[in-house]
Amino acid sequence: MQAKSYWSKSGYRKDDIRAAFICLAPVILIFAAFYMLPMIYSAVLSLAEWGMGSMTGFVGFSNYLAMFKDPYFWNSLQVTLVYTLGVTVLSLPLGLLVALGLNVKIPLSNLWRSLYFTPSVTATVAAGIVWTRLFDPYDGLVNHLLRVVGIRGPAWLSSPEWALVAVILVGAWKRLGFNAMIYLAGLQGVPGELYEAALVDGANAWQRFAHITCPLLLPTTWLLLIMCVIDSFQVFDLVHVMTSGGPMSSTEVMGLYLYRQAFGLFHMGYASAIAWVIFLLVFIATLVQWKVSGSGGAGAYGEAR
Amino acid sequence: MGKHARGRSSRKHPLWKAIIIQALLLAGALLVISPFLWTITTSLKPIKSTFEPPYLLPVHFVWQNYVDAWQAAPFPQYYLNTVIVTLAIMVGQILTSAMSGYAFSRLSFPGRDALFLVFLGTMMVPFYVLVIPLFLLVDRIGWVDTYWGLIIPRIVSPFGIFLMRQSFLSIPKELDEAALIDGCSKMGILWRIIMPLAKPAISTLSIFAFLFAWNDYLWPMIATRSPEMYTVQIGLRTFMGKYGTQWVLLMAGVATSTIPVLILFFAAQSQVVEGIATSGLKG
Repeated sequence: MQAKSYWSKSGYRKDDIRAAFICLAPVILIFAAFYMLPMIYSAVLSLAEWGMGSMTGFVGFSNYLAMFKDPYFWNSLQVTLVYTLGVTVLSLPLGLLVALGLNVKIPLSNLWRSLYFTPSVTATVAAGIVWTRLFDPYDGLVNHLLRVVGIRGPAWLSSPEWALVAVILVGAWKRLGFNAMIYLAGLQGVPGELYEAALVDGANAWQRFAHITCPLLLPTTWLLLIMCVIDSFQVFDLVHVMTSGGPMSSTEVMGLYLYRQAFGLFHMGYASAIAWVIFLLVFIATLVQWKVSGSGGAGAYGEAR
Repeated sequence: MGKHARGRSSRKHPLWKAIIIQALLLAGALLVISPFLWTITTSLKPIKSTFEPPYLLPVHFVWQNYVDAWQAAPFPQYYLNTVIVTLAIMVGQILTSAMSGYAFSRLSFPGRDALFLVFLGTMMVPFYVLVIPLFLLVDRIGWVDTYWGLIIPRIVSPFGIFLMRQSFLSIPKELDEAALIDGCSKMGILWRIIMPLAKPAISTLSIFAFLFAWNDYLWPMIATRSPEMYTVQIGLRTFMGKYGTQWVLLMAGVATSTIPVLILFFAAQSQVVEGIATSGLKG
């Protein structure tokens, strides 16, 4: 927007157009071929029936209607929502707690910050393999530690009741450090004068946290909440590595169900319809973010990035 | 800000409080990184002793396990594939993002803002919407099981374009003007003036692109068929299916796939933080 006023309003400069063509032609070509074309194709596919390696005819919205009657779809939606809720509820408050600890200027705080962030940069496949082993019912580290304190641990990944819990714990473990980093950036933007004024007024630590830190961190919290929801909603790698959706579809998130329909059963039309439902849900979350956080959230996001 | 924080901490947090906070942070950090410690420890155990109670710090050092793991699966080939694909995606994303960022921030041409909005809008399209037709397309043009199929669909990043545009907007336009007067071409301004000044943003994008490409899972899984084309992540997953019970070897494989990323992260960490803090031109 700023750039616009800078240039003369009388038409476009020739060398600008030429340079813009050089810059954008390859990008637009790739973008059209590998983003726009697939998107259009996906919309078409979602309205079509697929058989023997090609589209066999249009079926209107029956792929979308079929979802309503598909118990596996509803199961995947529920599993996805539970996963999203679990990861968010665990990783946001813990992230804030870590950020509050790191915000105190102490030696080694950079080291702690890096250590907490490590899971976020680790490949999900590697993390998933390691955690699968740690959750082993017989000689995994988790149940071993539980045994030490006198608890008989569940069968975790081979139990339909506990598999999702285990996956959520790992999801939150991977998310925690990222949340802490963004919260830390938010905390460092809180002006120290506010705390000093509060101290003069005799506010205790809890009051300062509740009445200064919390309200000022609200935009950051909104941002992290929506990001966490959007990312968790699209989870795939972690669940695919740890459980492949089992046992008995108890961890089959929407992405995994889409994958099974598309690349296991070759129902490309139905799978595309599921993809658009995922898009719709993510889109709603994004709209909520825009509506609620306004420019504050976007600003905090840009800062943190 | 930093000054305030420091002032606050020294007054409000006496020594014993600081020690408690340190101890809690240490305990939490240990908990968070314990899976890494455990991975290293397990990978160095003698193969026969895996059924003793688990522990975190290594007491055995059987480096032979790494040799065995690398011989049990074509890890060197996986590595080669991943390095080629990752480097190509990094370079590709930096080039395409810088060029589009330049066009969107500095050049004026018809339809610019509309086009930028289209790019921006695709940022929130889930990969699930693209993945099925993308596979059908890549299959149709014969790119399944090739580097092309792994690289080309990934080298345009809407996020990268956004990042570059924002970074370029913060570079004063007077510099372009001066270069233009000195006879520099429009493309020359991008390469000689803007790119060198946008180093922090470029290094931030490099890190994001690296992590994205190195850790990518769903697309390489779909776009490769033969083990010779597997990336490290797909190779590891296959290794898990094949040697799922041989945990010592599996953990050696995991360690070798993870350590390069961790080294890079710890080496570039300060640079990334700096890039975030000082985005733009300062002195």
